[in-house]
Amino acid sequence: MFRAYFKIAFFALIFTAFATAQAQEHNGDYAFDDEIESDGGKVNTKEEIDSYIDHHLKDSHDFHLFSYSDDAGVRKHVGFSLPVIVWSSEGLKFFMSSKFHHDDDGKVLVNAGDATFTKLHSKIYELDKGATAINFDADHHPTNAHRVFDMSITKSVFGLLLIGLLMLLVFGALAKQYKTKKIPTGFGRVLEPLVLYVRDEIARPNIGETKYRKYMGYLLTVFFLIWISNLLGLTPFGFNITGQIAVTVCLALFTFIIVQFSGNKDYWMHIFWMPGVPVLMKIALIPIELIGLLTKPFSLLVRLFANITAGHVVVMGLIALMITLKAQFGIVGSTGLSIFLTLFLSVIELLVAFLQAFIFTMLSALFIGMAVAEHDHHEHAGAEEDDIDEVRERFI
Amino acid sequence: MLDLINDFSPGLFFMQALILIILIVLMRKFAWKPILNALSEREEGIADALAAAENAKIEMANLEASNQAAAQEARAQRDEMLKDAREIKEKMIADAAGQAQEKADKIIAQAQDAIEAEKKAALADIKSQVADLSVDIAEKVTRKELSQKDAQHALIEQLLAEANI
Repeated sequence: MFRAYFKIAFFALIFTAFATAQAQEHNGDYAFDDEIESDGGKVNTKEEIDSYIDHHLKDSHDFHLFSYSDDAGVRKHVGFSLPVIVWSSEGLKFFMSSKFHHDDDGKVLVNAGDATFTKLHSKIYELDKGATAINFDADHHPTNAHRVFDMSITKSVFGLLLIGLLMLLVFGALAKQYKTKKIPTGFGRVLEPLVLYVRDEIARPNIGETKYRKYMGYLLTVFFLIWISNLLGLTPFGFNITGQIAVTVCLALFTFIIVQFSGNKDYWMHIFWMPGVPVLMKIALIPIELIGLLTKPFSLLVRLFANITAGHVVVMGLIALMITLKAQFGIVGSTGLSIFLTLFLSVIELLVAFLQAFIFTMLSALFIGMAVAEHDHHEHAGAEEDDIDEVRERFI
Repeated sequence: MLDLINDFSPGLFFMQALILIILIVLMRKFAWKPILNALSEREEGIADALAAAENAKIEMANLEASNQAAAQEARAQRDEMLKDAREIKEKMIADAAGQAQEKADKIIAQAQDAIEAEKKAALADIKSQVADLSVDIAEKVTRKELSQKDAQHALIEQLLAEANI
């Protein structure tokens, strides 16, 4: 029953998306063509490429697929707008991003009730009362507008919702298969080893046989969420979900919170009163351990963010080679080089997409495992000897 | 770094947290729990099946051993029975032979008795006939003696000689 519900929701979403996409096209025809498209909206110079890449790395409020110039030389954008939900000084405001007319420089003002909004570098600002246009200081920071709490369904949020829905559908179907048969068929046969992989290679060895079950829900969800996000980032749809620092901060924070809440006595003891060292050392170790507490999630969030961002920058830069090297190699040469290098890097990025999801989940599991591990200090030496014996036996 | 902090969108963070929490809850309920349960159930099933197979193997071996023992026993029993049968047969043959011998002996003995009786009867008969004959002879001799004295003597002599024998 749930599945049918999800299906309906999914198709409804797609339908609205296409409906708004069409509306958007019509909108584009008369409302803002002559304004922005004076430069054609084409990306041809190095500066334009840089700003295009920069723009791509940021979250956007509409879903832009591609642009083209029609016979009359009018630039057209194909895509659809996404809802903007902001918490402003006048309370919660809701409108479609099409009202900004693709503007990203604070030129178009949108009135929603008593508040006026504008979009500047992918961020929504609310203009101060009485202001009719945005003013900038020397550093191009707006002086008469402030940022608002932006809960919009941005491209990343849209992607996350899409992935969530996809995961629920696909894994829900797999779960349903087990009701009737022991071994899944079709796509489930691909998914099952992945679930087993996370369980047997990530959770079990790091958390321990007895305690891993409790954390499987989080680890599996995060693994597949990150992996699919990374893969979606490699598609031409141009998602950059895991390249958003807010997303990785959120993921790392979840791991951090789970680790702190599952930490047992031994875990806290190792932070605040390290056993087996002199008292002075114990005191000296406290700040170090506390820093270590924070660097773990920080390394998680930076690693994921940096890897994905770097991947996107390099892939886009290589795609842009066909423009930047056109003078040196000619159209065919630069395009061929660009395709070859992009293909090569995309394959690596495919690996990185999995690797980053794996590392994030792996380290999360490791940190949880460290927090829940049972230490037995008195028998530690004996246990080690046993291990050595065991290893030796294995070799002999 | 400042750019990074500037790029951090609290709204996106909030939405991500919200989506993540909802997703974890939903996935746990509708996907991970049934999948993991089914997987561990299946693994237990496989382990059980393997153990059962191992048990069956051992049982099979036991069964075979006991079968072999039973066969051995049966063979021994058969041999015993055969031996018994042979003994019975021999005994029966021996018995039959003995009985036959006995019967034959008895018949022979009866026959001998009968022969003896016949002989005795015949001897008696002969004796009576001899007596008759003697009487006849004596009668005839007596009649003749009266005519020949010498001959009479000779006869008596002869008779006496015979009687001695």
